Amino acid sequence: MKPRRSGQVAAYVAASLLAALFLLPFYIIVRNAFSTQQAIVSPRWRWWPDAVDGSTLASVLGNPNLGIVPALVNSAVVSVAQTALTVVISLMAGYALARWRTRASKVVLGLTVFTLMVPAMVTFIPTFVMVSSLGWISSYRGLVVPVIFSAFATFMFRQGFLDFPRELEEAAAIDGANTWTTFWRIVVPNAMGTVAAVGTITFIGAWNAFLWPLLIAQDPQMRTIQVVLSQFMTSQGTRYPEMFTGALIGIVPALLVFVFLQRWLVQGVEQSGLK
Amino acid sequence: MPGPRAGTTLARSNRRWFWVFVAPFLVGLLVFVYVPLLWSLALSLFDARNTVTPTRFVGLDNYAYLLSDRLFLSSLGTFIVFALFIVPVTFACSLALALLLQRITVLRAFFRSVFFIPTAVSYVIAAMVWRMSFFNGARFGLVNTLLVAVGQQPVNWLGGENDWYWFVLVSLRLWLQVGFYMILFIAGLNQIDPQLYEAAALDGAGAWKRFWYVTFPLLRPTAVAVSMLLLFNAFQAFDEFYNTLNTAGGYPPYARPPLVYLYLITFGGGSQDLGVGSAGTMILTLVILVFSFLQNRLLAIGADK
Repeated sequence: MKPRRSGQVAAYVAASLLAALFLLPFYIIVRNAFSTQQAIVSPRWRWWPDAVDGSTLASVLGNPNLGIVPALVNSAVVSVAQTALTVVISLMAGYALARWRTRASKVVLGLTVFTLMVPAMVTFIPTFVMVSSLGWISSYRGLVVPVIFSAFATFMFRQGFLDFPRELEEAAAIDGANTWTTFWRIVVPNAMGTVAAVGTITFIGAWNAFLWPLLIAQDPQMRTIQVVLSQFMTSQGTRYPEMFTGALIGIVPALLVFVFLQRWLVQGVEQSGLK
Repeated sequence: MPGPRAGTTLARSNRRWFWVFVAPFLVGLLVFVYVPLLWSLALSLFDARNTVTPTRFVGLDNYAYLLSDRLFLSSLGTFIVFALFIVPVTFACSLALALLLQRITVLRAFFRSVFFIPTAVSYVIAAMVWRMSFFNGARFGLVNTLLVAVGQQPVNWLGGENDWYWFVLVSLRLWLQVGFYMILFIAGLNQIDPQLYEAAALDGAGAWKRFWYVTFPLLRPTAVAVSMLLLFNAFQAFDEFYNTLNTAGGYPPYARPPLVYLYLITFGGGSQDLGVGSAGTMILTLVILVFSFLQNRLLAIGADK
């Protein structure tokens, strides 16, 4: 099927205009982070800052009152731990749900799928109660443990494993490997695409999470970067360069993960569950 | 083929392995989803203010209170309108982007990345850009600058005396999530056999007919998945509303989606009313279930299977 030339030109014009629109917010963040306050609030719109002001980055990172550095550390610890644990737990469960179809596995699958429909807030109130009675408020445990049992990740892995060729496992079994060894030595290395996809989605979700950290991180020392940025906006006295520098710092880790793993993410989505 | 006896042993050992593999997830799911869910249900029948343990059984009083509360009902009503609007709009936009990319041969991967990349941005940061730059009520906001440039009055976007804030919230949500659903549609489109298009073209079907009689019916499974995900996401909206509208002066009384409303009565500085909060989340879950059921029925109309 060959579209006509005029159609092609129109498609490129539309795609380019939309691409510019999609990239505009990123540009605004960078522009405002490297501008002065006066340049931003001036009614005369400037596409480019009059004078590139790079001093904000150092002052934002160096200001202990803003708490950006500890927030970045907290976000990193929480996101990495959450991603690693979610992937391991869901990988195993997803494999079991795809491999052994029994009445029990149907029940577990049903419980998993139903969870996808329940808004997180429904469980947040009692989970918050539970976490606070365990004394986990303002702790990494409280931030991480309740959110690592992901129905979404398990479902993605299950769908990814449905087409997994049984021959590979049988060959390993003939060589005398038990199910556990076969899983980690044979199955998992062949499922790295799905692992990368689910890992990326989990990491970005964890890095960008807002409501749960907002509830749990009551001690300012335990705030994640999203909570700190949110409080930037509500604190009095709007300092635009500081705020957008914070946004720039907060966006980079998720963006890096995304750029490097995007190919896997797209492949994983294409192969798994959602088809 | 192993004999019957070997098969039984194998089945038994498989059953054991199933539980070994599933146990960590299942225990976590029960402890951190199902126990809280039942706890929430129980809590909704109790008076539990400023306390984590239910004190006095009040039956359905919490439900009755919420269902006669104007603010809750209006938040629910407004929000159903929001969901009914955002689901089809995002659906159409992401499908349109996917179809646009099908027409592009050179630089397709580049454009796909550009449309997909906002998926990595948090609602908090997007809310910052939307509220502090694009839709800033002051003259230096980008949209107001454009309005003034074409001779219009600047708009107080988040001021509340009009409904302009919906425009802010909808455009933000579109930017953030349209790329993800576009990827799902691309995956669905790639699974359609190109020979079907060739056959349709030979039969003299134009672009519109090819879309309507080939693409659209074969895209049904993707369409169902996308619209369900969109619906769940719409009802779970919290981050962008909270971050776009919450100011040093507090959250304004308008534009409270149910989750923000429930957050404010449950965790907000005031009453910490966990009983009413739980009742609210139960009502919300019920609304979501009803909507997903209706949507499933709606999408099943005309399905072959």
